[in-house]
Amino acid sequence: MTNKKNGFWGRFLMFLMLFFLYAPIFVLIVFSFNSSKSRSVWTGFTTDWYVKLLHNSAILNALYTTLLVSVLAAIIATIAGTFASIGLYNMRRRWREPLLQVNNIPVINADIITGVSLCILFVFLGRRLGFELGFGTLLIAHVTFNIPYVILSVMPKLRQLDNNLFEAAQDLGCTWMQAFVKVIIPEIMPGIVNGLLMAFTLSVDDFVISYFTAGSVETLSMRIYAMTKKRISPEINAISTILFVTILLLLIIINVREARQEKAAKKRREEFKQ
Amino acid sequence: MKKILCLAAALMAVLLVFTACGSSEQEVVNVYNWGENIDETIFKDFEKQTGIKVNYKVYETNEQLYAVLKQGGVSYDVIVPSDYMISRMIAEDMLEKIDYSNVPNLSKIDPNYLYREFDPEQEYSVPYTWGIVGIVYNTTMVEDPEESWGLLFDDKYSGQILQFDNSRDAMATALFYLGYDVNTTDKAELDEAYQLLVQQKPILQGYVMDQMFDKMEGGEAAVGVYYAGDCLTMIDNNPDLAYFVPEEGSNFFVDAMCIPKGAANKKNAELFINFMCETDICLRNMDVTGYATPSAEAYAELDEETRENDILFPSEEVLSNCQTYINLPADTLELYNDYWTKLKS
Amino acid sequence: MKNRRLASLSAYPYVVWMAIFVVIPLVLVVFYAFTNDAGQFTTANFNEMGSYTMVFVRSLVLSAAATAVCLILGYPVAYVLAKESAGVQRIALMLLMLPMWINFLLRTYAWMSILENTGLLNTLFSDIGLIALVNKIGSALSSSYVPIDHFQMINTQGAVILGMVYNYLPFMIMPIHSVIVKIDRATIEAAQDLGADDVTVFRKVIFPLSLPGVLSGITMVFVPSVSTFILSKLLGGGTTMLLGDLIELQFMGGAYNPHLGSAISLIMMIIVMVCMALMNRFGDGEDQAVML
Repeated sequence: MTNKKNGFWGRFLMFLMLFFLYAPIFVLIVFSFNSSKSRSVWTGFTTDWYVKLLHNSAILNALYTTLLVSVLAAIIATIAGTFASIGLYNMRRRWREPLLQVNNIPVINADIITGVSLCILFVFLGRRLGFELGFGTLLIAHVTFNIPYVILSVMPKLRQLDNNLFEAAQDLGCTWMQAFVKVIIPEIMPGIVNGLLMAFTLSVDDFVISYFTAGSVETLSMRIYAMTKKRISPEINAISTILFVTILLLLIIINVREARQEKAAKKRREEFKQ
Repeated sequence: MKKILCLAAALMAVLLVFTACGSSEQEVVNVYNWGENIDETIFKDFEKQTGIKVNYKVYETNEQLYAVLKQGGVSYDVIVPSDYMISRMIAEDMLEKIDYSNVPNLSKIDPNYLYREFDPEQEYSVPYTWGIVGIVYNTTMVEDPEESWGLLFDDKYSGQILQFDNSRDAMATALFYLGYDVNTTDKAELDEAYQLLVQQKPILQGYVMDQMFDKMEGGEAAVGVYYAGDCLTMIDNNPDLAYFVPEEGSNFFVDAMCIPKGAANKKNAELFINFMCETDICLRNMDVTGYATPSAEAYAELDEETRENDILFPSEEVLSNCQTYINLPADTLELYNDYWTKLKS
Repeated sequence: MKNRRLASLSAYPYVVWMAIFVVIPLVLVVFYAFTNDAGQFTTANFNEMGSYTMVFVRSLVLSAAATAVCLILGYPVAYVLAKESAGVQRIALMLLMLPMWINFLLRTYAWMSILENTGLLNTLFSDIGLIALVNKIGSALSSSYVPIDHFQMINTQGAVILGMVYNYLPFMIMPIHSVIVKIDRATIEAAQDLGADDVTVFRKVIFPLSLPGVLSGITMVFVPSVSTFILSKLLGGGTTMLLGDLIELQFMGGAYNPHLGSAISLIMMIIVMVCMALMNRFGDGEDQAVML
């Protein structure tokens, strides 16, 4: 980059951008403490809405469903995705490239297409095999759109792997399995963890795909959507605040981890040079 | 640190899965109802009385209910369609016959609401609410309006008018205004109604259903058309609002509880329906939703003032001017679908 | 080599999964698009789409507008950000990503409260006398002026574009930023050594090299914008129908016709595939995943 540092205008621009992005969220949070139902006129401080939220069984159920689906889908997708990545990495180029293209379809396709197509599939199969849209189909849908992101996370790490490490470990007496677990996995672990986190976040945040495949079960996004369709209650603001704080903490943890990783990697490189 | 995180995550996952497995042992009933159409505190009482957990979801319109059920792949145990939708579902074999031995509280329902055209043998439904459609307006924004459907189409209030977000009710407002039978299958008449709606679109604030509550109560819009019970709730929350039934006539409807074909928990559904007909539950629901109950026993327990409320219990004169929807033939329904998609786009 | 073969086996379960849950559903969509209720082959669904060209055009125009706005706003921010120190960049990126991870519906709902006729902005405007001022000017300029009591911000196409920009702006900033950051300092210094001033350096070195990121960003904003259905419902008031709304209407909404819905989905898929092909020419998908 040009060696000049940012002047006032550069910093101002960034500040404006962040203001634009955070102002609505800030408004949401502030009005979650508003003592009247109004979302635009401040009448006083109260935590009533949070209390109401805790008693709102529909929201709590939806939150539980969302967490359950997201955790399960993330774990399953990560395990499946990691194995798939390893498999794909070891394939001949001829097969690998088209498969990676197909893998990209859920990533690049619009949510609504994925949701609609899966809905059609489940209804089609459901009529013949006698099952219904519900938690099972929701989970399958989430796993399906999560795995590609895991693969996209793990593959670069596999590519960065030094092939010789594996054989070196075997030369030193490891069995195939030991070499795999003790050498390969730790090297690609950052990719795996990133994939896991990404899958989890995508699942928690998803609305469109869940809308079409959840059947009679409800995720948090679907519940919020239903809430915006009727009388709007600041309970929505309350839950926004809670989600925001949780995600903020998560992101801080991730970033601290990454900073530490970089430091550790740097240290290792320097030690290696010596 | 990393190990602890991983352990915690694994533990949480295991816990979640166990609770999921555990809770699947419990009896449930899946209820699918209109939005803002029930007192949600009754679920706990139902669970206490019967041990059955209520899973509650809402839909916005009869057409949406139909689409979701027709789509297949979902199983609800109790649904609450309106009269015309019930007759359509009976015709298309989408409902289960109710085992009334599980619903003894049927006897509490006023016989006036039984054996009607939509369920002539009274085999598939149990009435839940009834009412009529009326216009609600904000007196500070609309001065002394003529009590006619014309108010909905008046461009003096451009940008402040709210219209139904479903094809049947929206077309009905036009058909009533034009003076046609609300169940007409005459293409020319339907076309004219559709054109009227097309002309109305630019002056509307939006097509809404339950979003109307916030908009009218908050003073965002001046004129809206909605079901009587909801209008009553809005007026309770904002005394600036007023209501009238247009002189050209309006729609009289009965919403009833039904069990869709293939429901997984039919017995639980019948128990729930029976519970909903208990007098004190009827009264609680009426209190929260503002809709009149068809239960004769509950009516008997109402005080004079409530019985006099002409929004809740319109007079004979008004009722005689009302028409009920009946299910339309397939090609007319297709025409409605067509008009509706074109109108919204 | 035997080990590699064995290792590649572990991909086969996923291939089967992809076939069942990615490929077959799409095939089914194509199938439904070309059939009617009785199961016969027909192109009637596509013919019917002719009457919805307004919706297509509106979706494309609004998405294009939103993408353009994102590009105009996002590029400078990405550029400025890339010049900061690593620590500041990391924090800034985290701050940029954070809103993305708040539920999409909640973010849109936040704008509803702000833009409503009796919402935050309008209340603010009337409190500071802006509306009264506009009324005064209006009545001074024209005799048929009708005084307003609020600015109509919600339920307009502008609100929908605002919603799109707000939700997808980080998707534009981050690809561009990650590409600019990777530009080799040496290249820039070489250009400066050859006598280029800052503007020329930007025009002839930085901008061309950042194009892959720009294209990436454009795709990542355009595709979700063109297929959204919640934004138009919540911010457009249900009167601006977009492609997503049209599709949803056919499946879960008030006009049940899965065949028409599939036909529209097919067209949307083609639009998306075109974008995908364009994006593939300039880089592999891994960059996107890392960025997210």
